[in-house]
Amino acid sequence: MSKGVAVTGMGIISSIGNNIEENYQSLISKKQGISKIKKIQTIHKDVIKVGEINYTNKELITLLELPKTNNYSRTALLGEFAAKEAVKNANITNINKYKTGLISATSVGGMDKTEKYYYSQFEETKNRKYIASHDAGDASKKIAKSLGITDFVSTISTACSSSANAIMLGARMIKAGKIDRVIVGGSDCLSKFTINGFKTLMILSETDCKPFDENRTGLNLGEAAAFLVLESDEVVKKENKKVLAYVSGYANANDAYHQTASSENGEGATLAMQKALRVAKIKPTEIDYVNAHGTATPNNDHSESRAILNVFGAKVPDFSSTKAYTGHTLAAAAAIEAVYSILAIQHKVLFPNLNFETPIADTALVPKTEVTKKEIQHVLSNSFGFGGNCSTLIFSKT
Amino acid sequence: MENLKQELKAKIIENLNLEDFKVEDIDDNDSLFGDGLGLDSIDALELIVMLDKDYGIKISDPKKGKTIFESIQTMAQFIMDNKTK
Amino acid sequence: MAQCYINGIGSVSTQDTSNYKAFLKNHQELKENIVHVHKPNYRDYIKPASIRRMANGVKNGVVASAIALKEAAIETPEAIITGTGMGCTIDSGKFLKNIVDNNEQYLTPTAFIQSTHNTVGGQIALGLQCKAYNVTYVHNATSFETALIDALLMINDNQTTILVGGVDEIGDYSVSLHQLVGLVKEQDTMSNGILQSNSKGTIYGEGAQFFALENKKKDTAYAELVDVSIHDSIQDNEVQTRLLTFLKNHELKATDLDLVILGNNGDEEYDKHYNKLQNSIFKDTQQIYYKHLSGEYHTASSFGLWMAAQICKTQKIPEFLKLNTKKVTAIKHLLLYNQYRGENHSFTLLRSC
Repeated sequence: MSKGVAVTGMGIISSIGNNIEENYQSLISKKQGISKIKKIQTIHKDVIKVGEINYTNKELITLLELPKTNNYSRTALLGEFAAKEAVKNANITNINKYKTGLISATSVGGMDKTEKYYYSQFEETKNRKYIASHDAGDASKKIAKSLGITDFVSTISTACSSSANAIMLGARMIKAGKIDRVIVGGSDCLSKFTINGFKTLMILSETDCKPFDENRTGLNLGEAAAFLVLESDEVVKKENKKVLAYVSGYANANDAYHQTASSENGEGATLAMQKALRVAKIKPTEIDYVNAHGTATPNNDHSESRAILNVFGAKVPDFSSTKAYTGHTLAAAAAIEAVYSILAIQHKVLFPNLNFETPIADTALVPKTEVTKKEIQHVLSNSFGFGGNCSTLIFSKT
Repeated sequence: MENLKQELKAKIIENLNLEDFKVEDIDDNDSLFGDGLGLDSIDALELIVMLDKDYGIKISDPKKGKTIFESIQTMAQFIMDNKTK
Repeated sequence: MAQCYINGIGSVSTQDTSNYKAFLKNHQELKENIVHVHKPNYRDYIKPASIRRMANGVKNGVVASAIALKEAAIETPEAIITGTGMGCTIDSGKFLKNIVDNNEQYLTPTAFIQSTHNTVGGQIALGLQCKAYNVTYVHNATSFETALIDALLMINDNQTTILVGGVDEIGDYSVSLHQLVGLVKEQDTMSNGILQSNSKGTIYGEGAQFFALENKKKDTAYAELVDVSIHDSIQDNEVQTRLLTFLKNHELKATDLDLVILGNNGDEEYDKHYNKLQNSIFKDTQQIYYKHLSGEYHTASSFGLWMAAQICKTQKIPEFLKLNTKKVTAIKHLLLYNQYRGENHSFTLLRSC
């Protein structure tokens, strides 16, 4: 197998837990984090179901020990919280001992503040500090500064596949010897912008979402942030690092079909999975678990099912979507699912696809619906987004 | 009904930014999707909001749009039968 | 290391950059504080069915990419890599305004769909039916440079044809916010051009520049893209050391550079970063700038690269770009240095070919 990009630390915050351990416990106890909107000030409060994170902004500011004058968006707060856990988890004490970068991903950036102070910042000066935190790059800059990373810092936004591409760029840079260590992941908070945006597409489910079910009616949105620490073989060796898993395969392809919808036969997704398998130099039969994109929209799950059949034929591996736990966390989705994929390898366990009852008629795929113990060598994780972006990552055991 | 049809044509051109079309270019029975005006699923969502906003008709299943928005004729008929404002 | 050649370029900018001759003849120093692009005939490049939903930035990106690919005679690239600092700010502003003004009711999807940062890359792929690698970088003033870094990684990983570009558009709402906090110059300080304005802030421009990069040199080649490096939040005194290390990696010293292309934008608070190098390690090197023509935007450095590529090919430095006058016999090594408000420092090294 191809080695060379080690995952040595992880951090996560989602609606099912504020750290790795809490997320893991929720996953194995089938505890989902979807409920009616409680915190966001919107007309859809108490109506639309989402995966909200328990901590308020105020609590996060206290936990991160930020000054009162800070201009953090919720995306930056969540991102910094998860990134710090990842760095701690990787036992890094001197970040600049090796050439270290940060690649984050977001779709909404600081939209939560911009929509809140849309008109009022023209009248009152006190909220103008958030003007600078609107840009997608702002959260990455803040996270990098808090970690002491000063040089290679970047941000990716490819809608719902964003953080898969952040992980992929990080892995490619390490493989190419451009960098020794890189913190990769993504963060997206919930905002009126995205909730209403997905509502206009009429793909929000009124109930708990049902990935891969014939009677699925759409997705639940969620908010989350997750980061991985990737290190080169050299750093792992020098520091005698514990390796959680390897990033062994990655690929990105474009469906080139429609601005938002996936093609009927899942061509982009098929290409992404096939390319990732080639990069990992493994056969489809060697994949032990697929963490599917599985948003529970009629379009995605059908198209992804087709793509899975295209790649795996009659031998479809165990698969599930964890979106029913967390909701679809947009740019953070691939990063939180990377964490779940690695937890599956570490704990030798498959996480169930909640709320599933009836297979989709013409593809008939049945996901895993129970917590299942199993030795796992390779996990394949899919993430697709608007603009035809399809990305696949493969994580392998050490 | 005739007024409504003219109104719909003008609104469709305006809301969907069909710069190359004029009201008189659209026949009542032209198909709006596919070969006719070339509208797609995103336009269907735009039209669903228009029905709600301008005629007080709520459609919760986007798939229903297919039959309602077949042509100006079917759309006008549907609005006449269901409008609340 | 594989070689990476710029074989085709396309630009939609605040100047007439449809071709270089027209640009040299018609160029005009910008005297307004907010400047929109010189519009091409979009319909020559984009189908009516697609164009009706596209905001300016998307159209500009699609046009610039089409020109670059055509020049390099590439039908479908093996990767489409886009940099955009603000993304599709017109449509995101439109959707946001509707949310606020209509209290979250009667919202329609088009502006939301078109508002995602990767719309330009997605629409280029859709138009070309290109199913290859497609990524969008959105890190402020190094968005375009990260796209170049990714492209270089691709070329070194045996890919042969990469389409890479930078695009940003002016959105009324975001500009109004930036004016509120003094990022945009007041109009009345502009009469003598940006470097003589003696004021804070800069002039806002927009544009799209795309480049066809390949591992083989074609007849159309402009220059070789050697390397790119980004430094997000380094201290003032670290800029020079980072730059010298970057050059040293290519066995170059500052004095080996034949031309430096600087991102001076007339902001008296931050142009000191350029001035410091201009007066020290670059003092005997020919220096030019370009933002008095392009305006400032997060991916304005892609206009700088467009300019640099033209200079490489013609081996002539237009007078109206010069910041000093030095004798330059042959232009072999060119360096672009850009930063925005003391952050997002980037170095891009080109070699004539």
